Amino acid sequence: MDGSIMPTRMLLDIEDLTVRFVTREATVHAVNGVNLQVQAGEVLCILGESGSGKSVTLRALMRLLPAGRTRIEGRITLDGQDVLSLDRKRLQAMRGGLVSMIFQEPMTALDPVYTVGAQIIETVRQHRGGSQRDARARALELFELVKIPSPERRLDAYPHELSGGLRQRAMIAMALSCAPKLLLADEPTTALDATVQIQVLILLRRLQREMGMGTIFVTHDLGVASEIADRIAVMYAGRIVEEGPVADILNNPKHPYTQGLMASTVHAQDRQADIAAIPGSPPDLRRLPAGCSFRPRCAAALAACRERVPTPVFPAANHMARCFRVAAEMGEGA
Amino acid sequence: MAHTLAVTTPTDLEPDVLPANVVRGYWQSVAYRLRHDPVTLFFGMVILLIILAAIFAPWIAPYDPYKESVIARLKPFGWRGHLIGTDELGRDLLTRIIYGGRISLFMGLAPVAVATVVGGALGILAGFGGRRVNTVIMRTMDVFYAFPSVLLAVAISGAMGGGIANGMIALSMVFTPALCRISETATAQVRNLDFIEAARASGAGTFTILRFHVLGNVLGPIFIYASSLVSVSILLASGLSFLGLGVKPPEPDWGLMLSTLRQSIYVNPWICAMPGAAIFITSICFNLVSDGIRAAMDVRM
Repeated sequence: MDGSIMPTRMLLDIEDLTVRFVTREATVHAVNGVNLQVQAGEVLCILGESGSGKSVTLRALMRLLPAGRTRIEGRITLDGQDVLSLDRKRLQAMRGGLVSMIFQEPMTALDPVYTVGAQIIETVRQHRGGSQRDARARALELFELVKIPSPERRLDAYPHELSGGLRQRAMIAMALSCAPKLLLADEPTTALDATVQIQVLILLRRLQREMGMGTIFVTHDLGVASEIADRIAVMYAGRIVEEGPVADILNNPKHPYTQGLMASTVHAQDRQADIAAIPGSPPDLRRLPAGCSFRPRCAAALAACRERVPTPVFPAANHMARCFRVAAEMGEGA
Repeated sequence: MAHTLAVTTPTDLEPDVLPANVVRGYWQSVAYRLRHDPVTLFFGMVILLIILAAIFAPWIAPYDPYKESVIARLKPFGWRGHLIGTDELGRDLLTRIIYGGRISLFMGLAPVAVATVVGGALGILAGFGGRRVNTVIMRTMDVFYAFPSVLLAVAISGAMGGGIANGMIALSMVFTPALCRISETATAQVRNLDFIEAARASGAGTFTILRFHVLGNVLGPIFIYASSLVSVSILLASGLSFLGLGVKPPEPDWGLMLSTLRQSIYVNPWICAMPGAAIFITSICFNLVSDGIRAAMDVRM
């Protein structure tokens, strides 16, 4: 990414990541050339609608995608390790140790037949060994860290006995059990009530700061993104169409898609006015149109959009957009 | 755009939903429901009595199970201290039935236990392994499935010759495919759930996932199904003995006793019915208890 200021120490560096799902009938182009960097201690929010490739990017990063049907290209460097070429043993040490993941639906991401304590203990012992008692002490510590009330008793509770918010806290405790350097959160608040959502967000933000974790937070909720992110990357049809510091993106979105997203929130309108919506629907990832994927829905499309995928331009330092219109406007301004 | 963050502390909005007495384990709640199910409890006690009687047969049984008497053949209930009479060789029937429980119960439980371990393991392997592993295991099982179970048991023990050991192997082979299928289905249901991916994401290897998550979720259905097979196994074992493929005389076994006594059915029908009654009572007890356990384990709160 020429033009951006390269910080000295990158925790995560994704270069030109491509993920395709190959089946007999069709090839799904889920991720098409994604570049992402995350520094230690930074929160990057990936914003996008369903099917834009957010979750696939996270899963590619942890190599959780089914090996047989998935083609992954590009480079993922995490803490100096080349993730895509790790052997099984190193990979298992990486997962949960160096990087861990919080899932969207804590009810199904926790095993129903074991207590949450038993599951955390299992994870701790997986990575650190040690006795049952030490692992339990660590689990208790984690429960206190994520502010679960009466933690000692909650350790022996089954997932179905906890409320949604507590379940997600238990999930977070499990993810943090081995003090990862990078935390991946796949829509961790989507399944929660609005009030609980905010609590979990505050908790995550606090823990992230205290532990100095780099974090990738995937969401489709602009409000959530604005709360937690340092930087926002907007994803559309497997590409990052705009990326920059949170204030820049929210106050001064450049890409027509980001602008459309902002306009379609319930916030700024009149009571009577209809909510602005982006016309059309996301493209079929099996048959991506040539040129800019957003062009069919874009009100500001140019002739060039039909032919080529826009190259990144930088309307401001650290603010990237992939759009010919933005490039043209910059040209006029100069 | 921005939410207002007026919430003070993260936890104070979340009610403490869990009263102290609710926290209890899955197995504890299963045990709780079993304790409050009089039918299951009663028949469980009967099974316990039958098992204890079989184990302590030498101390409980009033006579020697092998002692024959020419003058005391096929005597009715209560004849000279023989509570339920004597068999065709003048041996005390009650003693024979108590001793017979040893082999019959063993033949009921052992094949099911073997099949649970073997079939369960194969099923998990088939359910979790790739498509090729699945095909090899499940199609092999289908070959066994194609035969009616009685016929298969008769064919296998017929081919290998009679005797307790061969009978047990035959019955194990009869039950393995069914248990394999149950465990394969249960595993296939579990393998794509989120917590498997979550476990993988937290660094668990395939073996750990199998041992911890898959086994934990699959054991319940397997166990329930296996417990319902015990009574079938007792019946099949009796059937094998009846056909002369299981236990050899003079060894006491319920099926074998039924077989030899049937020739005397016109002389003293009540006596002839006794081994059958033992089989009936035992298998119905196992059936009802298995039903009760299933009901107690099924409830997901």
